[in-house]
Amino acid sequence: MDSFQETVFKLKKYWADRGCVIQEPYDIEVGAGTMSPETFLRVLGPKPWRVGYVQPSRRPADGRYGDNPNRLYKHQQLQVILKPTPKDVIEQYLGSLEAIGIDLSKHDLKLEEDNWESPTLGAWGIGWQVMLDGMEITQFTYFQQCGGIDLDLCPAEITYGLERIVSFLQGKESVYDIEWAPGVPYSEVRYFDELQLSVYNFESADVDMLWEALRRHEAEAQRLIDSYKTVEDPAEKRRFPLLGAYDQVLKCSNLFNLLDARGAISVTERVGVIARVRKIAVGVAQAWVDQEPFRTMKEVA
Amino acid sequence: MLPFLLEVGAEEIPDWMIPAALEQLGKDFQALLDANKLGGRVTRTDGTGRRLVLWAEGLIERQADSEEIVSGPPKAANPNAIAGFAKKNGVSVDDLKVETTTKGEYYTFRRQVAGRATVELLAELLPDLIQKLNFPKSMFWTGKGGPKFIRPIRWIVALLGETVVPFELAGVSSGSETYGHRRLGVRGPIPVTIANYEAELEKNFVIGSSVARRAKIEREVAALGNAQTDAKLLETLTFITEYPAAILGGFDASYLTLPKEVLTMVMRFHQKYFAVNAADGTLAPNFIAVMNIPDDPEGHVVRGNERVLRARFNDARFFYDVDQKRTLLDRVSDLANVTFHAKIGSYLEKTSRTVALAQELGGELAAEAAYLAKADLTTEMVKEFTDLQGMIGGLYIAAQGGKPEVAKAVYEHYKPLSMEDSIPSTATGQAVALADKIDTLRSCFAVDMVPTGSKDPFALRRAAQGVVKILVEGDLNPSLPELLGGDERLHEFFTDRIRYYFREIKGFASDEVAAVLASPWLQLKDFEKRLDALHRVRSTPNFEPLANSFKRIKNIVAAAPIGVGFSINVELLVEPEERRLAEEYEKRRWAELSGDYYQQLLDIAAMRPVVDAFFEKILVNAPDPAIRENRLGLLRSILNDFSRIADFTEIVTANS
Repeated sequence: MDSFQETVFKLKKYWADRGCVIQEPYDIEVGAGTMSPETFLRVLGPKPWRVGYVQPSRRPADGRYGDNPNRLYKHQQLQVILKPTPKDVIEQYLGSLEAIGIDLSKHDLKLEEDNWESPTLGAWGIGWQVMLDGMEITQFTYFQQCGGIDLDLCPAEITYGLERIVSFLQGKESVYDIEWAPGVPYSEVRYFDELQLSVYNFESADVDMLWEALRRHEAEAQRLIDSYKTVEDPAEKRRFPLLGAYDQVLKCSNLFNLLDARGAISVTERVGVIARVRKIAVGVAQAWVDQEPFRTMKEVA
Repeated sequence: MLPFLLEVGAEEIPDWMIPAALEQLGKDFQALLDANKLGGRVTRTDGTGRRLVLWAEGLIERQADSEEIVSGPPKAANPNAIAGFAKKNGVSVDDLKVETTTKGEYYTFRRQVAGRATVELLAELLPDLIQKLNFPKSMFWTGKGGPKFIRPIRWIVALLGETVVPFELAGVSSGSETYGHRRLGVRGPIPVTIANYEAELEKNFVIGSSVARRAKIEREVAALGNAQTDAKLLETLTFITEYPAAILGGFDASYLTLPKEVLTMVMRFHQKYFAVNAADGTLAPNFIAVMNIPDDPEGHVVRGNERVLRARFNDARFFYDVDQKRTLLDRVSDLANVTFHAKIGSYLEKTSRTVALAQELGGELAAEAAYLAKADLTTEMVKEFTDLQGMIGGLYIAAQGGKPEVAKAVYEHYKPLSMEDSIPSTATGQAVALADKIDTLRSCFAVDMVPTGSKDPFALRRAAQGVVKILVEGDLNPSLPELLGGDERLHEFFTDRIRYYFREIKGFASDEVAAVLASPWLQLKDFEKRLDALHRVRSTPNFEPLANSFKRIKNIVAAAPIGVGFSINVELLVEPEERRLAEEYEKRRWAELSGDYYQQLLDIAAMRPVVDAFFEKILVNAPDPAIRENRLGLLRSILNDFSRIADFTEIVTANS
């Protein structure tokens, strides 16, 4: 029986063998692997890109104080982006499941319609949830739009829910019983993240501070987006910190999730806050596409 | 004569779109054969999530040669024009003929058109035919501006007899190789002929026939237990699998303390399982799943599904327990934060309006239920299982010790969800359902949210149709115009719903419905009684001729100068036929609408000979203005008084 980390190694190796750059997780809090710039920004524009990375994904509202065996505040996604999509992409994906020891001739695998949409990122795609013996183990999406922009190439995004797959492989009822490393259970590694951050997210986070932080990160992102529009010199465009602006978008998205978990956003306000985050996400995406030719330009000697 | 086979191989197409796509494929291909005179007919279409398949027979190998007549200038035209026409067609003037048409003599040219090979024509036309299949939501996969389809196309089999019909679509070349089950049988391409196509698929774990898959599922499910009938789920499973097989799983009986609605919802909609009934009709701690592999000898699939279901049920239990920490009554005030619609306001505001209306319709209990009806929108359970709204509210009220009648009314207040669904079973429930729907309709119309064409995001048509159904079939009998308030558009909207209901659901003729719509009705139950009486009296011999006379009266009255009154002066009735008519009218005019509409309509119809005699002998437009006005007054009174049950002039008769 492979440990959690062994399964992750195998998946990374599998995709590295198929031409993916294996990246480390992005170092700002995100709700999903899609939000890492390795996906959100790299799927834009005409440049091919293949990448795989594990992304710890924070969903404050899903926290259960470490009590619920199947719901987590922070779970791990293995995110694979194949741009453009190879013709045998599903075959390759099924191969990855076999590589981690799932005999698909003995299990029931179904691709069920599930189109993905992220209103905060202005992104959507067409695809499936992959069901293995009745459990959703992967979200498979052909990206159609990101940051409100139609994508030149339609990348395939494969998002593995690692805890689910490994609890399946190890036959565990509770995610906390998964063996992370030989002799080290998941609970040893992650339990206090779940407990303490559930307490923080639901009970202790300072709502006024969160609103203020949201407002300031939003303003910073907007300032950069506005200022990019005034830049004309190619060299200046090339070095313009759109990646810095995108980090602000990620901060806002996480703050929104925190406020939501804290019960600080009424249903009426919700739509408005989502629209605010989308506005800066779309702003950065548009600028990023505009910057593309300048980034490809050789640096001025 | 050649057979033809087309298989469009794709990545998993959503199950619910497949039957419609197959129907279109068959129709479009038949149209293609007909338009190009290729002979042949489509014999079958079928498919799975990974393939749309069409069979045809009797195609000819080559179109027949034909002659095309090209018309040119008239015989008398300028020689240059004639030469020009010949040149344009690549012939000399000598090759042209003069032909006589109805318009005169014209130069023509008979072009011989060689028939084209069928394989060549199909190769040209098939890519377009495939791409024009309509799907609710299609996608790009090769990139922006590339081909669009429901899911990526990965292979195409196109065979005319033994020949491949060669074409390319989305980078895929057609050929004679198919693919089997994703993980069983041969992994690579499998060469097929039209004759062995289905057998080869079956060898490779694909049952190509949806009828056979459906039958296999039904048979195996029935063998495993007393599954709840679920036609929609059966259809889904038929098209989501290529080699279906049913398995029986179980869950701990302790979960049966959760509402069965929740358990069933999790099984049916989240997990696509059949729920199973115990012998006594209650829910059994079992489920039947359908896999896409032939068997599960080691029990992997059963165990996996049981594990998932346990996790799901644990979640449901968690939601249930969290929800019980606050009563529904306490939750009502939270509705201030739940938006009904940005332009209309919160659910709390909606609740207070609904309570007032429910009170009027159904009294105290209905008002109490209406107050609680929307509170379940704030529960975790409804956030997770939106389709259970209303039901959850009802279940929680019962669990929290509320009045059973109130619980039931809340539980059923979204009913009827369709024309096939039943209405709430109690008068209190009907009052809440009516109040909720009427309030939604009034509020939406008040801010101009009026459904147009296919756009009806708030399902207002369904709401109004539900109101009609409840009013006709239920226990309450309020005046509909009063319920609707003064909104003209809403009245019109309801008129359409009423028409639909009585025509399509109850099977009355359009003109009968129109006749009653034009009468001064107030309650829909009364409406139905009128309609029923009218329908019955219609087949009696006097009725239709009388209806024609009423139309005549209506025309005469309409043509008369304004100011015709209803007064009848007996002194001025000079002719026996008009005196007779006035007497007959007099006998009936004071009759109150007794409710026995049929008898009253018969009674009116019995006036027919008198009316006929009147029109035979009497000139309404008499030269003496006083007599004329008197006659007009008589007719107008008759028309007015006898149209109270139904407006006969709306009836379409053989003479109209």
